[in-house]
Amino acid sequence: MEKTGSSLLDLTYLDTLSDQDTPVHRLDPRVKLLTTLLFIVCVVSFNKYELSALLPFVIYPIVLVALGNLPLGYLLKKVLLAAPFAFLVGIFNPLLDRAVLVHLGPLEISGGWVSFASIMLRFVLTVSAALILVASTGFNAVCLALEKMGAPAAFTVQLLFLYRYIFVLGDEALRMLRARSLRSFGGRGMALQVSSLMIGQLLLRTLDRAQRIHLAMRCRGFDGEIRIARQLRIGGRDLVFLVGCSAIFLFMRLHDVPRWLGDTAMALMR
Amino acid sequence: MAGRHGHGVDAVSHPVVEVRDLQYTYPDGNPALRGLSFSVAQGETVAIVGANGAGKSTILLHLNGCLMPQAGTVRIGDFPLSKRTLPDVRRTVGMVFQDPDDQLFMPKVQDDVAFGPLNLGLPADEVDRRVMHALSIVGAAHLKDRPPYRLSGGEKRAVAIASVLSMSPTILVMDEPTSNLDPQARRRLIELLKTFEQTIIVATHDLDMAFDLCARTIVVKEGRILTDGPSREILQDAVLLVAGHLERPLRLQGCPVCSPPG
Ligand SMILES: Nc1ncnc2c1ncn2[C@@H]1O[C@H](COP(=O)(O)OP(=O)(O)OP(=O)(O)O)[C@@H](O)[C@H]1O
Ligand SMILES: [Mg+2]
Repeated sequence: MEKTGSSLLDLTYLDTLSDQDTPVHRLDPRVKLLTTLLFIVCVVSFNKYELSALLPFVIYPIVLVALGNLPLGYLLKKVLLAAPFAFLVGIFNPLLDRAVLVHLGPLEISGGWVSFASIMLRFVLTVSAALILVASTGFNAVCLALEKMGAPAAFTVQLLFLYRYIFVLGDEALRMLRARSLRSFGGRGMALQVSSLMIGQLLLRTLDRAQRIHLAMRCRGFDGEIRIARQLRIGGRDLVFLVGCSAIFLFMRLHDVPRWLGDTAMALMR
Repeated sequence: MAGRHGHGVDAVSHPVVEVRDLQYTYPDGNPALRGLSFSVAQGETVAIVGANGAGKSTILLHLNGCLMPQAGTVRIGDFPLSKRTLPDVRRTVGMVFQDPDDQLFMPKVQDDVAFGPLNLGLPADEVDRRVMHALSIVGAAHLKDRPPYRLSGGEKRAVAIASVLSMSPTILVMDEPTSNLDPQARRRLIELLKTFEQTIIVATHDLDMAFDLCARTIVVKEGRILTDGPSREILQDAVLLVAGHLERPLRLQGCPVCSPPG
């Protein structure tokens, strides 16, 4: 398992991070989940050319990483790992949308590039917020919070299994790749045909393994409901965090803070 | 010597496990069990041995309802195995799977050991007590905050056993508990199992362990029972063992260095 962890996704490390005792970790999972959702909604709901108003949102991940004693480099690597998807989504904008939107002295920037930058920025913000949520809460607790907040148990259990089976899949894939590379001399046996056979095998094996895990869980009385030992209790500190963050997000959503700061500075200088 | 309580096949007490004419064919048409019967008394330790594919794992899977009998019956204590009695059966029979990775899936060892008791609906402090108790029995209390996937094979096995013990089963069922263990970890596990009060049923290829730990041995061949009797007799019976594709435990074979054959 650990080998998959370090080389493929290293998601298990994310769960290890959640086992700390910092102000961020002590917050109630539900509060963190709600705050993260609100953050994502605020960031995603800007219009597609918005850039400056998005910048202040960077504060949230930075503060949480600092207070939660989370490794910045590791999180950035995970964000980069997923970046190609956002890149694919956004990369056609500069080609399709060539109308000049911004003049920076002699430099003319098309709307396409602005919206591309906006997509990338939003992507980094939302993904890092989600990663921070898991790293400071633990995936099980996130699922538990979802369930406590009324998400159907079937859904949260699926989510939990999905998360668990990612490791299983990664593990099996790694073993099969190793077995193949050990026995394919001079590139023979690395053909596409073999790969497609292997993917079929991989799915079967994963399914098999997943079934055994499920069986083992059922043997210990699992009936579709997640229970964890930690009692959930929302205290004053949690409420302050929730209300404070919500207020700040909404403010930053409704006002273009950098522009407002710039205007104020201009006015003062005049 | 073999056995702890002196219970043998002749134990008279009320059977806690009773299997009658059990048959099972896998969905792909593989007849794994072709009608076998045995019963196990309270406190007995029984080894189920046999060649690869003989049907050992399939038998064990029936003992706590992971598989349902297609023909024949399985009784656990007072409960005939059926969909309705499944929760009771699973509370009575603790199953330790062959691969601990299949069994351990929570982010922390103590969460994993707490998984069963929480599902039983026990109060939080009782769960904590059971977790610490189970971990200390297997000597893994110091591992409680570690993630299970970062443990060594022997540690994983210990935690997997603790995760079953925490549910206080009266019958322990284990599939090849000594596989993948180094000699010392294996020895420690055997010594640990010897101290248990529970009824123990192990499927194993480790005949030395069967000889050491279990008073009674059941030899399975092609889905049927070949013999069932005291380990000391069965594991010395060369003819019988060859028929079951087995061989005598190493410790019962002559030492090739001090007394070379021929
Ligand atoms: N999931 C399955 N689907 C189909 N056939 C199976 C399945 N599991 C086991 N079998 C078959 O059932 C028979 C008995 O298998 P079982 O796993 O019980 O043997 P075993 O005695 O535990 O062997 P081993 O010592 O190798 O673990 C074998 O012929 C095997 O091929
Ligand atoms: Mg087996």
